[in-house]
Amino acid sequence: MIAQLLFLIILAAAIFLFSKNAGKIRRNILLGKDTGRSDHPAERWKTMAKVALGQSKMTKRPVAALLHLFIYMGFVIINIEVLEIMIDGLFGSHRIFSKPLGSLYGLLIGSFEVLALLVLFSCVVFLARRNILKLKRFSGKEMTKWPRSDANYILIIEILLMSAFLTMNAADYKLQQLHFGHYLQAGSFPVSAWLSLLLPASPQSLEIIERSCWWFHIIGILAFLNYLPYSKHFHILLAFPNTYYSKLTPKGQFSNMPSVTNEVKAMLDPAFVPETIEPGRFGAKDVTDLTWKNLMDAYTCTECGRCTSVCPANITGKLLSPRKIMMDTRDRITEVGNNLDKHGKDYNDNKNLLDDYISREELWACTTCNACTEACPVNIDPLNIITDMRRYIVMEESQAPASLNNMFGNVENNSAPWKYASADRLNWAKTN
Amino acid sequence: MNEVNIAADKIWNGVVPTMAEMAAEGKIPEILFWVGCAGSFDERAQQITKSICKILHYVGMSYAVLGTEESCTGDPAKRAGNEFLFQMQAITNIEVLNAYKVKKIVTGCPHCFNTLKNEYPQLGGSYEVIHHTQLIQQLIDEGKLKTQDGESFKGKRITYHDACYLGRGNQIYEAPRSALQVLDAELVEMKRCRSNGLCCGAGGAQMFKEPEPGKKEISTERIEDAIQAKAQIVASACPFCMTMLRDGVKHKEKEQEIQVLDIAEITARANGL
Repeated sequence: MIAQLLFLIILAAAIFLFSKNAGKIRRNILLGKDTGRSDHPAERWKTMAKVALGQSKMTKRPVAALLHLFIYMGFVIINIEVLEIMIDGLFGSHRIFSKPLGSLYGLLIGSFEVLALLVLFSCVVFLARRNILKLKRFSGKEMTKWPRSDANYILIIEILLMSAFLTMNAADYKLQQLHFGHYLQAGSFPVSAWLSLLLPASPQSLEIIERSCWWFHIIGILAFLNYLPYSKHFHILLAFPNTYYSKLTPKGQFSNMPSVTNEVKAMLDPAFVPETIEPGRFGAKDVTDLTWKNLMDAYTCTECGRCTSVCPANITGKLLSPRKIMMDTRDRITEVGNNLDKHGKDYNDNKNLLDDYISREELWACTTCNACTEACPVNIDPLNIITDMRRYIVMEESQAPASLNNMFGNVENNSAPWKYASADRLNWAKTN
Repeated sequence: MNEVNIAADKIWNGVVPTMAEMAAEGKIPEILFWVGCAGSFDERAQQITKSICKILHYVGMSYAVLGTEESCTGDPAKRAGNEFLFQMQAITNIEVLNAYKVKKIVTGCPHCFNTLKNEYPQLGGSYEVIHHTQLIQQLIDEGKLKTQDGESFKGKRITYHDACYLGRGNQIYEAPRSALQVLDAELVEMKRCRSNGLCCGAGGAQMFKEPEPGKKEISTERIEDAIQAKAQIVASACPFCMTMLRDGVKHKEKEQEIQVLDIAEITARANGL
């Protein structure tokens, strides 16, 4: 009874704390500007099913894709087991699903075990890729101490959870064989049956091991849940809405700013009556000038570095790293959110995404080639942020690089980006 | 070359019909050829423009250009963040295009193609826009372009460099390749191709500025892919890629080994035009 009460308190606290922190992220995302992303729901569901649920974009890197698939399936499927653990914890039952599910239960537990082993294996390989093989993709100047540790913590936590899960099963299995107490014959244990050979023979010790692993596993899961809002691992949740709200138009198509259309039409036609559009700055100087989708992108990023590893600017040694654009955006909106909580609405910390986080040199190095958006397994769009920040620099500050200002002048005066007379445009046809 | 097979009237005589001339005669051409700034002014790209004219003339398609009435689509301004200038260009161009009742456009440049096709409709300019590689593919499929009369590319190692605004930008990967597949050449892919293709370095208005400090030119990085693929010809479909790829070839001092040719030039040559 005390155990049940304790479990209830821990569960309630974990859920409360998580909702509070996830709510903060939601609030932060909604600090962004509105952007219409609710059209074509059928196509959106399809994109989500394919990209998030079906992991379709992971396949470009087959090794990582397979290992990630193990962990992903482990996460999704082993959660059925977590449901049972929750019910057992609340009602003091033991393996409550075993009776109603009958022989299916054995199959389920067996597959959980195999998956747990695969998760364990994948996490070990992933740790090795980061810390021993030191894959280039996981380094870079934005991969400072915290992002590196975050990645390792996640993998270590998962290894610990899976080990606890398997050890718990191993002890349970051994107790079942001893017909000890309430440990009824249930489940099949293709992995932990081997592990059980390492465990002591005494039923009392086995019960202590089984119980401690049970508690460690479930408290670990609840603690991990509460780690998510502070971690890149939040992608396991946001990947789904983020792919649902993907850009559906061709990658080459950039948005036409309606506020600019108003001004241009008014300039070209004095009789034009502009539609009412709320005034604001052109482009983005700070995160609150970005759209909520840009901010959701930022919180969805799991820092895998696929974007940066295919970025032509980054490959050739320029400062730009699309991953850094996303991480900076996330760190800045989190800072803005924290300021809001601490100092209220009217507080200004005199910092901006531009210059304080992202330098102009980074922004001007982009070739808008869309390699980053193509590479992202969860359809994050760093290019959209880059373009919006360029728009601020050009239209609000008139601070484009001199050579680009020349180009603008040529387009405006000569109808071409170079200094050729418009009247000479057909001269090519005269020279054979 | 076996020019005997081509009737004299199918060889382009250098005359380019303009929309204004056509309109004066009360005619509307089947298709508008949007030449683009590079195709108009860049000496190397002018060769691509002429090849497209040769092809259009050869298949007897009624076409015209805007000539001096054509103006930058605004693409480089837009990618550089100058949305004002882009929309000024777009709205002015749309007025011209709509005045001529243009229905269908073929472009010689993926950037013009992308802008006209995707970014003009919202501003009041809706046309059927295709890139010249799509037109070539279509003409090959219809049997109007064969490759029997011209220069033979048999056995040549050719690789196609995906232009970002055709490939990733608009999912056009097959049209340029199918134009090469009829050549009986040895087609090879670079390690980074199709959706994984590496940019030439010109996009996003980089063409008009010095690159940021780094350890290498993007064009060099790209041409190394072509060298690795042992390509003799790098086929491109974009005048800006053309400039960049040629820079890369020069930088690696491979002018003798590697030629950079546009799909339109290759097609024109293969047809003896």
